[in-house]
Amino acid sequence: MNAHGTSLRRYALTRVALAIPTVLILLTMVFLLMRVAPGDPIQSALGGRLSQQELDQRRAAAGFDKPILEQYVEYIGDVFTLDLGTTLTDNRTVTSIIVDNGTATLELTVTAFLITLVVGISVGLLAGRYRDTPIDLGGRLFGIIIYAAPVFFLGFLAQLLFGSVLGWLPTSGRASPVVNFELDTVTHFYLIDSLITGNFSAFWDCVQHLILPAVTLGLVISGVLIRLVRVNLLQTMKGDYVEAARARGVPERRIVLHHAFRNAMVPVVTVAGLQFAILLGGAVLTEQTFNWPGIGSELIRYLDERDYIAVQGIITIFALAVVIISLLIDMVTAFIDPRVRY
Amino acid sequence: MSEPGGSPPSEPGEPVTSGPGEPAEGGPGEPLLAVRGLRVWYGTGGDPVRAVDGVSFEIGAGETVGLVGESGCGKSTLGRGVLGLLPDNATAAGEVRYRGRDLVGLSRRELRDLRGPEIGLIFQEPMTRLDPLHTIADHFRETLRIHEPELGDEETRKRSLETLARMGIPPTRFRQYPHEFSGGMRQRIMIALALVLRPSLLIADEPTTALDVIVEAQILQILADLRENFDTGLLLITHNLGIVAEACDRVAVMYAGQIVEEGEARRVFSEPAHPYTRALLRSTISLRTTGLHYIAGAPPNLIDPPPACRFHPRCPDAMAVCRERDPIEVSLAADQRVSCWLHGPEDEIPPQGAEPLERTEIAIAEEA
Repeated sequence: MNAHGTSLRRYALTRVALAIPTVLILLTMVFLLMRVAPGDPIQSALGGRLSQQELDQRRAAAGFDKPILEQYVEYIGDVFTLDLGTTLTDNRTVTSIIVDNGTATLELTVTAFLITLVVGISVGLLAGRYRDTPIDLGGRLFGIIIYAAPVFFLGFLAQLLFGSVLGWLPTSGRASPVVNFELDTVTHFYLIDSLITGNFSAFWDCVQHLILPAVTLGLVISGVLIRLVRVNLLQTMKGDYVEAARARGVPERRIVLHHAFRNAMVPVVTVAGLQFAILLGGAVLTEQTFNWPGIGSELIRYLDERDYIAVQGIITIFALAVVIISLLIDMVTAFIDPRVRY
Repeated sequence: MSEPGGSPPSEPGEPVTSGPGEPAEGGPGEPLLAVRGLRVWYGTGGDPVRAVDGVSFEIGAGETVGLVGESGCGKSTLGRGVLGLLPDNATAAGEVRYRGRDLVGLSRRELRDLRGPEIGLIFQEPMTRLDPLHTIADHFRETLRIHEPELGDEETRKRSLETLARMGIPPTRFRQYPHEFSGGMRQRIMIALALVLRPSLLIADEPTTALDVIVEAQILQILADLRENFDTGLLLITHNLGIVAEACDRVAVMYAGQIVEEGEARRVFSEPAHPYTRALLRSTISLRTTGLHYIAGAPPNLIDPPPACRFHPRCPDAMAVCRERDPIEVSLAADQRVSCWLHGPEDEIPPQGAEPLERTEIAIAEEA
């Protein structure tokens, strides 16, 4: 395993090194896009409510009175010190938006993504393995329907059934008001916080609140994965190495799981990772439906208010998240497939 | 899983062939592998493709049998059919006796236990036959754990490295991945992977077709050593007649799903009895070749093959009877058997049957 280990490590280090210019380019683009928009940010966010003198003060505080190059350098510096400024409209630090709403989104999307992986891979695997049987038909049908269903529609149905009719689960918010108030926030991930503080009734409350939005979001995304896993498995099952393994008397079960499935997962990892990246920003609909205090909803609110600093901060975070996720995709792919390593 | 159109073949269409000096059932004189009236049909929705249609041959321990013929004559299907390694839409019937045991009726599990330790298979294209995500070591470990679980880790490793070393793959490369090897090395690894289980019978499906001549010679040498050292029976599927002449004891010539001639390799090559064999030999290129010969037309569509002798539309010596009646297998001297009306039996040929088939008819058949 020695050669294996070093080449994987070298690959990982190279990828990380290459991520740095990627981040710089992305940040530059975010910065430029925010400046291309016409009009003065302070004027459009606060104009009409404050006197000209106060506006000038705000402009100086936000640094908008400086030359653009200086602003750029400052922005890049801010990103690397993780101090993305204070919003124009409600005086929150961007950091606090990330800490409060970002963690809520992450908690939701990670749970939803786990559900996507479990459902997508297992249904896709079964459908591909038992091709043209009722299992396959059911799996494919489920995949198509779930993929075609808009997330808010599915969300409303789920709320109606499990919330109103059956009354099993809460339909809105991240936790009950009491829990929201009482919970000691350490990591700002409610599930983790309630666990490490030993507050198990709060933990259960958070789980209940998480189930409907996470399952709804997870199922919708799993549709793509079901089809992808199935098609890739059908492809790899026809592979020459699969026939060769059969000729060596390898049991069918092992052939499917160890050879065909692993090979089928190589392209799936990339798509699944990108899905997760989209999920981060695209969870907005789910967040709105379930009144989840996520970062996507905040972004929309700040966009409405033309709060340039908040929008720039949140988009910067999204951009960094995408870079980190693609780095993770590269790592997982390299771990599975030796051919992409150096 | 569709059934082929029509019922699966239950009885061989041509008379059950009896190889010369046929040994007794199950006795010590029984050959390693005896195939009798094997048929493999592929269901394709409509009429079945009769890829192998009533084939009989034998392989003794330590014997190398070459199986030759054009592409699309069912050679590879025959090789896989012996192992039961056929796609879901294929139906096999007939008899494949390996050490006295009929393999055609065996369950999946029984077949699986046999594949590898008893009968090994080497494929044509080595580049894609190893799982790209597993190291060479993983392949050997998997294979040995399945078939010889009693071996410890150390023993497994030792056996694998020994076998690889015999194929000229150094132990330093044991932990590498398939993409780190050349085609010739991969084929040697594939062979080692088959040999590590010490099979008594090896089916090699065009093992050198994708490789250059130097590597080809290496592989053939390896296969020849195998026979000397381990008494392994070998079915060598190829369309390279030079290889057969050099490496095989006996040769079977296959045309359109049937074996048309079989016998001792030297004998078949020096005195080919079937017009197809002659045509194949004439098409071979050597240093003395002055003009290129080829067989006009192509092997027939195996869904609806020509009636009676399947070669008659392309045969230069075709007679009237060849289009009317299935040829009967005739034993010639020195273990040579042939299915062709040119060799009789005389009393089965109807009156005027020996008249040559009219030229126009041949031309039409060629186009079809």
